Amino acid sequence: MAGYILRRLLQAIPVFIGTTFLIYFMVFALPGDPIIALFGDKTPNPAVVAQLREQYHLDQPFIVQYLIYMGGIFRGDFGISFSGQPVTEILARTFPVTIRLAIIALLIETIAGILVGMVAGLRKGKLFDGTTLAVSLILISLPVFVIAFVAQFVFGVQLGWARTTVGDGAPIQDLILPAIVLASISFAQIVRLTRSSVIETSSLDFVRTAYSKGLGRRRIIPVHILRNSLIPVVTYLATDFGVLLVGATVTEGIFNVPGVGNTLYQAIIRGEGPTVVSFVTVMVLIYLLVNLAVDLLYGLLDPRIRYVK
Amino acid sequence: MKRYGVGFAALAVASALVLTGCSGGGASTPTTSANTTAIISTNGSEPQNPLIPTNTNETGGGKITDNIFAGLVYYDEKGAPQNDMAESIETTDSTTFTIKIKPDEKFTNGEAVTADSFINAWQYGALLSNAQLNSYFFEDIEGFSYDADSPLTGLKKVDDLTFTVTLTAPHSDFPLRLGYTAFMPLPSVALTDVAAFGENPIGNGPYKLAATGAWQHNVKIDLVANPDYTGGRKAQNGGLTIKFYASADAAYADLQSNAVDVIDEIPDSAYQTYTTDLGDRAVNQPAAIFQSFTIPERLAHFSGEEGQLRRQAISEAIDRDTITKVIFEGTRTPAADFTSPVIDGWSDSIDGSDVLKYNADDAKALWAKADAISPWSGTFQIAYNADGGHQGWVDAVANNLKNNLGIDASGAPSPTFAQVRTAITDRTIQTAFRTGWQADYPGLFNFLGPLYATNAGSNDGDYSNPDFDALLSKGSSETDSAAANKDYQDAQAILFKDLPAIPLWYSNVTGGYGTSVSNVHFGWNSVPLYYEITKG
Repeated sequence: MAGYILRRLLQAIPVFIGTTFLIYFMVFALPGDPIIALFGDKTPNPAVVAQLREQYHLDQPFIVQYLIYMGGIFRGDFGISFSGQPVTEILARTFPVTIRLAIIALLIETIAGILVGMVAGLRKGKLFDGTTLAVSLILISLPVFVIAFVAQFVFGVQLGWARTTVGDGAPIQDLILPAIVLASISFAQIVRLTRSSVIETSSLDFVRTAYSKGLGRRRIIPVHILRNSLIPVVTYLATDFGVLLVGATVTEGIFNVPGVGNTLYQAIIRGEGPTVVSFVTVMVLIYLLVNLAVDLLYGLLDPRIRYVK
Repeated sequence: MKRYGVGFAALAVASALVLTGCSGGGASTPTTSANTTAIISTNGSEPQNPLIPTNTNETGGGKITDNIFAGLVYYDEKGAPQNDMAESIETTDSTTFTIKIKPDEKFTNGEAVTADSFINAWQYGALLSNAQLNSYFFEDIEGFSYDADSPLTGLKKVDDLTFTVTLTAPHSDFPLRLGYTAFMPLPSVALTDVAAFGENPIGNGPYKLAATGAWQHNVKIDLVANPDYTGGRKAQNGGLTIKFYASADAAYADLQSNAVDVIDEIPDSAYQTYTTDLGDRAVNQPAAIFQSFTIPERLAHFSGEEGQLRRQAISEAIDRDTITKVIFEGTRTPAADFTSPVIDGWSDSIDGSDVLKYNADDAKALWAKADAISPWSGTFQIAYNADGGHQGWVDAVANNLKNNLGIDASGAPSPTFAQVRTAITDRTIQTAFRTGWQADYPGLFNFLGPLYATNAGSNDGDYSNPDFDALLSKGSSETDSAAANKDYQDAQAILFKDLPAIPLWYSNVTGGYGTSVSNVHFGWNSVPLYYEITKG
């Protein structure tokens, strides 16, 4: 087990180097000089531009810029944004907000999705099942910004049940509405996954055996059916956490959440290499860790899957 | 006198609101006077740079620095300069200015505002190696250099409260420029650790930071009224919270749910509905923003007499009235000159301004005349950045040209603003391109000198006309502002003939405010005069 974890962690190193290199290259390849854009519609004095380019190492060739950036990372220095703030500070400020938002969304979609999906699967072909399938199809086909604008207008502006935008310090009660919006599409996916998985498991021999042994539904459903149906759902959740981190961009913009999505978008627009790369790198790391955790979770759900050796 | 009038009007409005139960701010007891401790909240955006006045050139940071610093002058609602820290600014030749500072003015850390506060701040801002985004503001002061570190020798301290400024050439509008952010004074602590100061600036303006760390990045900044400020912008409220919004849509949603008091940007998506939503709390008025597209002289067919004819034809082929009405829902005002109607000296009857009137037949005739000189070939394209919401009007203008001139015309989108600006700066762009100018200070010269004077800093089309240059210098050396404005209007008559840029429209400031605030007025620079706003 420990050997398996160590191997997985070591695998993260080439992934880390590869992604930073690729992202850095992509930001470098963005057309246009970000320093000139700092001056808006006004044409800057070339000497001032040269000074600033030197300050941000933008006068160096790509590989030198990348090495300077990587050298900094090993000293815990992620570079400085155009606004003069250390990127580490920006990371420390924005990631907790987005992770909080993603976790709330993940909790909502997991609990609601598995419950609804399980009930639908156990009542296959009934009215509840049909309604669930129809609703989830609608949710999947709606773009997230449509759901977000409608939710903001109805619950924020019209009914006043929630704040229209997230307030100071991004408290949890303000994050619930954006989290529901963010969770809505994955919720529909989880419902469908759980439903089909439950239907499949219910017809397997061991479930019939359990019934014939005289076990009650209250034991069979959670332990025999649900536990064995969860593997595809958990796999989906792991990838979805990464999607939530990145996909929050639109939702964060609409609800004005001071999180990763917003900041990353601004940094890309401004062509701030170090900020973009640092953000994406941290996302990659989180993604790797979550996937590792999920792989370990498989063993708990199904003891046949083991990581010994 | 006028100030008192405004104050009384505010009182009347405020009490009327309370009596009719319209006050949404939760004022429980009827009161006859506005609440001077109320905090006004408004929209803003995360400053792009540390809050150093000489390095703040965009609206997000400018909105903050303008409120926490007080310069020698400030601009009133009409854009006229009023003395703020200055007791007097005097000149006899428009080249050397003697500036006296009011005694007993101080920064919020207790340090006195002296001649050195200005001289040191300007020296810092102008020095090349400090790479300040606003350094070009000091270019007319003696000693300034774009190429090497060079102190401003034109700044001389006379005594603690007096200094003189010597310019390299007469500029009668120099005192008018002094209200711009770049010319703010700095306390001595600022220059010992600029980075730390930029994070927690100490100013001398109507507001100050509520506490150390009041700037919560990406979230908001909290300002409170500065009790020591004695100038004309004394706050009529207790403070100002500027919330940073990633999009105008979010700010507008907050206004509708009363989570923010005043906003100065209506999102495009609400252009059709905001006047019905807000009623008389909706604001839509011209601002000091001039929009155009520039046709560089180096493009084939666009120089000499042929070029003049083609430029005039293009201008007359554009139906500005319909485009501003249909595409912008009336939030742009068709251009009548090269400046802005909010600027003193603006005129809609300058010689030659007929080329801005939609006249398809005449346009076609002019184009045919140009074809007689040298036949047209190719496509006429207008470059723009696709991330800025320009596609709608560029397509409309291209359609106008196609239909009225019978030529192939289209937009040439680039994905990012940086890409377009780089191509323009490098002169690699081979098409016409979108240009916009937001004035730095409310003077006609600011719309003309930097854009069209020979070799001027933002002369993106490399336009050059000695007659135009001569009229600009003549205007700059006039001591009477009416005479100067006349020269600038004559200079524009030349522009109307040459059309280095095709004027399109003035951007309006669009905004709105909630039911709990009153006395909301927008300044010449599209920003509300926050210090006048009352609540409760």
